[in-house]
Amino acid sequence: MFKDGEHLIRLAAVFALGLAAFVILRAAVVPRSFGQYGHYRGAAIAEIASRPIALAGHVTCESCHSDIADQKKLGKHVVVACEACHGALAAHAEDPTSVQPKKLDTAVVCARCHEANSAKPKWFPQVATADHSGGIACDTCHQPHRPKIETGKSETAKTEAEGKK
Amino acid sequence: MELTRRRLLMLLPAAAVAWNYVSAGTPEASPNYKMTEHWWAMLIDIPKCIGCGSCVRACAEENDVPEGYFRTWVERYHVADWKIEKPEVESPDGGKNGFPPHTDDDGKNFFVPKLCNHCVDSPCTQVCPVGATFITPDGVVLVDKNYCLGCRYCVQACPYGCRFINPKTNTAEKCTLCYHRITKGLTTACCEVCPTGARQLADLKNPKDPIHEFLRTHTVQVLKPHLATEAKVFYNGMDGSVR
Repeated sequence: MFKDGEHLIRLAAVFALGLAAFVILRAAVVPRSFGQYGHYRGAAIAEIASRPIALAGHVTCESCHSDIADQKKLGKHVVVACEACHGALAAHAEDPTSVQPKKLDTAVVCARCHEANSAKPKWFPQVATADHSGGIACDTCHQPHRPKIETGKSETAKTEAEGKK
Repeated sequence: MELTRRRLLMLLPAAAVAWNYVSAGTPEASPNYKMTEHWWAMLIDIPKCIGCGSCVRACAEENDVPEGYFRTWVERYHVADWKIEKPEVESPDGGKNGFPPHTDDDGKNFFVPKLCNHCVDSPCTQVCPVGATFITPDGVVLVDKNYCLGCRYCVQACPYGCRFINPKTNTAEKCTLCYHRITKGLTTACCEVCPTGARQLADLKNPKDPIHEFLRTHTVQVLKPHLATEAKVFYNGMDGSVR
């Protein structure tokens, strides 16, 4: 067809070789799941989902500590999840004997929520801890799981709180 | 063992099978979870937030967030009288240990919890040059840390300031909406510990989710709606001064 077609064949061979190199490299470098759901590595979703949890969740806590759950039901703290104060304890739920939760300092823990602040909603019970208790631990008077001090029962609440120590 | 041509040829099929196994990726973490059946969002009820910082602490513990960085944080707003465009905003250590006592009662004071808005049209995923960040089929914006270069484009692109570079891994990091929890049927760490129910995880594809009734009956906003990012963190009772 062409008088000097040989150089065209050579050129085509170079292109074909280049294309083959590109296809092979691409197959080797691009992860298999790339493009499964979009322009990203689809396997990443399962990798992120398989991360272990740190917070067990109050349902898990209550499956063992039903006594505390029953106590909480009698007071306003029923809505507060266990790990809001006690911290992440999935490790304790996995192995209750060797992983033990730390003892909390109620003077710090309670104040995070109940220290008076004009930005807090008015309906929320707040105290200026310095005036209210002078910085002593809140569980001296209040039982944290059922904080309201009922008249005539305050001594019981106190002993209960001390019994927990 | 001497590697003869014969032995090499015998090894090849085994190698092919092994490679297939390696490249298939990790198995699905929760087999009963179907991505197509969910569309995740969050509801934040500002009048209920007490600024205790439980969400910030829980998030840090759950996701191993480095000290001084935040995937979620709480801001305290102080809006003096008519100065709605110049609110005073503070967030000491992300609100992690609550807020110091405050008694200024001129004007308005309130707390605003912030986190990734898991936008449908998120600017951060659009700028990623390598496809390391993306929105999943169930509506969560995630980062593939094995693919991220740490180029910081997404950190700049996020209009809500929700991303940072993890100093240990040097890759972009952000709220995953506790993807490892919600795919197992749990709620997020922040919603789990919120003592007043100010934060609630919502599944917009679930017709039984109380979010639908809430959105119908309340005045709800998203942050920076003029950017048309289609944010999915809904704020109830949000003041106009919130940026």
